[in-house]
Order: sequence, then C-alpha cells, then structure tokens
Amino acid sequence: MDITQLDPHRRSVADLSPEGASPGRDAIAPGEVGYFGLIWRRLRRDRTAMLGGMLVALISLAALFAPVLAPHDPAEQFRDGLTPDGQPVPSTLLTDGSTRFPIGTDANGRDLLSRILYGAQVSLIVGVLANTLAVTLGTLIGSVAGFFGDPLETLLMRFTDVMMAFPTLLLAMALVAILKPNLWIIILVIGVVYWTWIARVVYGQVLALRERDFVTATRALGAGRLFILVRHILPQLVPTIIVWGTLGIATNVMLEASLSYLGIGVQPPTPSWGGMIQQGQSYYRTAPWMVIFPGLAIMLTVFAFNLLGDGLRDALDPTQRNRM
Amino acid sequence: MWTLLARRILQAIPVLIGISLITFVLIYYLPADPARMYAGPSATVETVARIRHELGLDQPFWVQYTRYIGRVLQGDWGFSYRKQIAVTELILSRVPYTLALTLGGIFVELAIGLPVGIASAVARGRWADRVGMFVALIGISAPPFWLGLLLLYWFGYLIPIFPLGGAGSPVHLVLPALTAGLGGAAWYARMMRSSMLDILATDYVRTARAKGRAYFAAVLRHALPNALNPVITMAGMDIPWFIGGVVLVERVFNWPGLGRLAVEAIETVDVPLILGTVIFTSLLVVFSGILIDVVQGLVDPRIRYGQH
Repeated sequence: MDITQLDPHRRSVADLSPEGASPGRDAIAPGEVGYFGLIWRRLRRDRTAMLGGMLVALISLAALFAPVLAPHDPAEQFRDGLTPDGQPVPSTLLTDGSTRFPIGTDANGRDLLSRILYGAQVSLIVGVLANTLAVTLGTLIGSVAGFFGDPLETLLMRFTDVMMAFPTLLLAMALVAILKPNLWIIILVIGVVYWTWIARVVYGQVLALRERDFVTATRALGAGRLFILVRHILPQLVPTIIVWGTLGIATNVMLEASLSYLGIGVQPPTPSWGGMIQQGQSYYRTAPWMVIFPGLAIMLTVFAFNLLGDGLRDALDPTQRNRM
Repeated sequence: MWTLLARRILQAIPVLIGISLITFVLIYYLPADPARMYAGPSATVETVARIRHELGLDQPFWVQYTRYIGRVLQGDWGFSYRKQIAVTELILSRVPYTLALTLGGIFVELAIGLPVGIASAVARGRWADRVGMFVALIGISAPPFWLGLLLLYWFGYLIPIFPLGGAGSPVHLVLPALTAGLGGAAWYARMMRSSMLDILATDYVRTARAKGRAYFAAVLRHALPNALNPVITMAGMDIPWFIGGVVLVERVFNWPGLGRLAVEAIETVDVPLILGTVIFTSLLVVFSGILIDVVQGLVDPRIRYGQH
C-alpha cells in the first residue's frame, strides 16, 4: 500500500510542478487523478478560461452545423435581398419584424447570417490546420536545434531569424500570390509563416532541459540521443505545445481573415469573414452591417481562443499565474 | 556600446543575405512570366523572348541573383515594369507616409498601453485591473482593418471630424495611427502589467518601500525602469507584425505607403518592385531590431557590457 495515501496533504500537485500552487487547495492523493485530470481541475476553477472554452465549443458547433442552422444557402442571391435600387437590405427584424434576413444581406443580396455561419468553417479549418502545421514544424526545428547543438543549431536558428525578419503579412502575401490562393495553399502559407515563433520558444526550453540531471542520467544509462529527445525531452514540451496549439489558432484565424481582406485569401464564392469585410468596405457608409457582423465573428473567435489559451497557460504552469 | 552596435550589424548581414535569397527564389519560381507581363498581352512571342533576354531573365538563377545584388549594392534597384519609374524613387516617395503612420501607431501603442499596464499592475486583482485586462484582450482580438472601418464609420461619416481616407495633413493621420496602434496598445498593456508584477514582487522594491519611499515613487523610480526591459525586447520581436498590420491599415484608409506599393507590386507581378519593397521593408525590420537592441543597451548596463 502506498503510504502517501494515508495523508492526502503530504503530497500535493507540487510534485508535478515544483513551485506549484497552494498545497491546501490543490492537494490530491496521487493516483486519484492523472496529470490531465489535474489540469482540468485547475482550468475548471478559472472562470474566464471556461468562458473561452464554451465560446470555442459554441463556434465549433456553429461551424459544424452551419448547414442546419443557416436560414438560407450562403451563395443564393435573393431578389428581395436587395432594395429596389440595388442596395443591401438591413436586418428584417428591424424593418418588418420578420426573420427572413435576421442581420441583413450583402451587396449581392445574399443572407449575411448564413454566410457568417459558413464562414466559421473556413476560419476554423484554416486556423486549426495551419496551426497544427506551425506547431509541428516549430517543435521539430526548435527541439532539434536545441538538443543536437551545432552545426544544426546555428543553421536552423539563423534560418529562423531570417524567416522572422520578413514582415509577416508581406511574406504570406508574396507566397500566396506565387502559389495561387486556395484553401490548402492558405493553410500551408500561414503554417510556414507562423512556425518561427514556436521554434524560438521550444528552442529556449530544450536548451534548458538538456542540461537537466534526468537527461544526464538517461545518457549515463546508455540511451541514444534520439531516444532521449523523443522519450524524455518532448514529453516535457507538452504544456508549451498545448498552450501554443490554442493561442496560435487565434493568431492564424486573424492571419486568414487579413489575407482574405486583402483579396488574396480564400476566394469567392466560398464565404470567409475577411472577404466579407473586403466587400463591405465599399458599402460601409450605407450598409455598415456588412462590415460589423463579420468583424464581430472574427473578434469573438480570436477572443475565445485567446481566453482559453491564457487559461491553459495558467493551469499548466502555476508559476506563471497572473502573468499576461 | 559601440562593440554591441558593431556586433549586431555584423549579425544582420547573413540575415539580409538570407532574406534577399529567399525573396529571389520565390520570384524565380513565379508561375507568371514577368517578360510577358512587361511586354503586354498583345506582344508577339519574339518580342517577349527579346525582352526576356534584355532583362536577363533567361540567365541561370545564380547569375541573376549575383547581378541583382551587385546592382542593389550600387544603389540601382531597377525599374518598375509597370510604371517605368526607378524602384528606389517609388520606394522613397512612399517612405515618409509609412514612417509617419508607423511612428503615429507606435506613439498610440505606448501612450495608451504603458499607463494602462502600470495602473493594472498597481491595482492588481481589483475591478479596475480586471476591466482593463478584459478590454485589452478584446483589443488584441479585434482585426485592425475592422477597427479602422468602424472608426471611419463613426468619426469620419456619422460624426464627420476626420477625413474619410487619403493623406496630406496631420488630421489625416489620426484615425490610421489609432487603428495601427490600438491592438498593440492592448498587447503592451498586458506585457507591461505582467512585467510590472514581476518587478513589484522583488526584494529591492520592497526595500525601497521599507525605507519609507512613497508607493508611487517606488513604482515609478524603482520598478518601472526594470519592468520596461522585457517590454522593449517584445517591441523588437513585434516589428515584423506591426509592419504587416500597417499594410492592412494602409488599405483601409487608402494611405499611400510602402505596404500599398508592395500589394500593388505583388498583384501586378512587377518583379523589380516586389523585390525592392520586400527587401526594403525587411531592411527596415532588421535595422529597427538593431535600434531596439541599442536602446536596450542604453537602458540596461548589463546588456551594454555584454554580460547578457
């Protein structure tokens, strides 16, 4: 029998993170919950993080069930979607109380709400996949550079410096222009532009980790370097990967919207929030709803992933609590 | 100080070579034919071939690259295919606008971000802190081009205080600078708060207060200079993103800056202009980075004497 179970206060979460949170509140018996159970407990107490999580869930559901939720086909141009002189129609809730076009129409007489719901699909697919690519590349390059040392270290980190010195959006634009924009190219380009940040963070962590005693001990036992990297270093990076895997989605949703706003992102007729704002720009004085609602959708999505990511950072690393 | 400067400039050289090389590779593999773009759609195949030869586009990659770099170093950045104007002239005519917008934006970032961050740290945990940080997070999450259009709608159209775009007078700069700076202000408020909290918890700030210094004197004189350091580092990493944001703001306000020039160049496959604008903005980024390092050296003697 494990004697520590006799006294639940003797061992606390501090075992998982040395400078852990107050032992009284977080104290648990070992074996009761796993590492992720513990993270979940901390996260559940964080009200803003839970708000972020709920928003992320809601937006994901909206994207997933867009075909069911959307009142209309997002590409259908309605005759009554334009005023007699060809202008976009404002919210019908305000004009005649009907739910025909709940937040109005765009310059082609298409239903704005339906387009925003379908736009969520594009945003989330690009945000999640591009970020998966960026985190994978960043972790790979950062950890290899940090762990194996020179000459790989100099080569990879100088390359990272060069990539970071490019004005982010200009590089993305140039790449998209060369490769011709479509959904997969956008994902590829955003991933390729964004990995440098993660590589820097991972590199710094691996530099510190490789000097730790457990690495020396494993090496003394005769383990190969690749084995140490995969089995002992990479698991230590899981918190970083989770946090950046969430926060990065926020940044990438924003990048996709920016590219689409500049007209080199996801191409029409596929509805994308940035593209909708681009179209709305010509009408913002007479039909401000064409700009306001897609922007709110972008802001809410980015906000949700930021909140959740911040909360995860606090939950995974209590020493960082109350930081930004 | 001078050794720091010299070291950073030397380090910048391989970065600049890397940037020019990558940009050149991208252009080289462009599917659109620059010679055809130059000659126009109605030109004959022979004309296009002759132009390709004249522009040196039929040469192997390394010949084209070394020739280009050689000319750039002599100040000859080539002529825009579209406009038939020297690339340097086009770029230099746009620099004042982008510079004004950038400085205006940075001013907004710091003038709003730093005080809010400091106030938030001092009021830690109280409602002012919570509200401030919540608003900051919303500010970070709002797309700059959307903020710009909302500002235009409210303060250019509904309440016509500011012009609806374009450039020319200081009044024209207000809304674009606000748009470029608000997101960053939110970001710096968060950075400043966290940095301040770290420093306020240190022994020397406690000592200063124990010695009887007033709370705000302790905060401003002892904590602030040290708390600024990570914020300055962040500013250095932020520049490429800031310049990216400027591209968007220029589009919203029809601001005749470098970003718009680059966008036009990319849209019209104007090869010398793409190369010129991308390399020039990267130069700006690299040298602002060096400037930031020097500022940091001035603020923090530990960095100045190379113990970092």
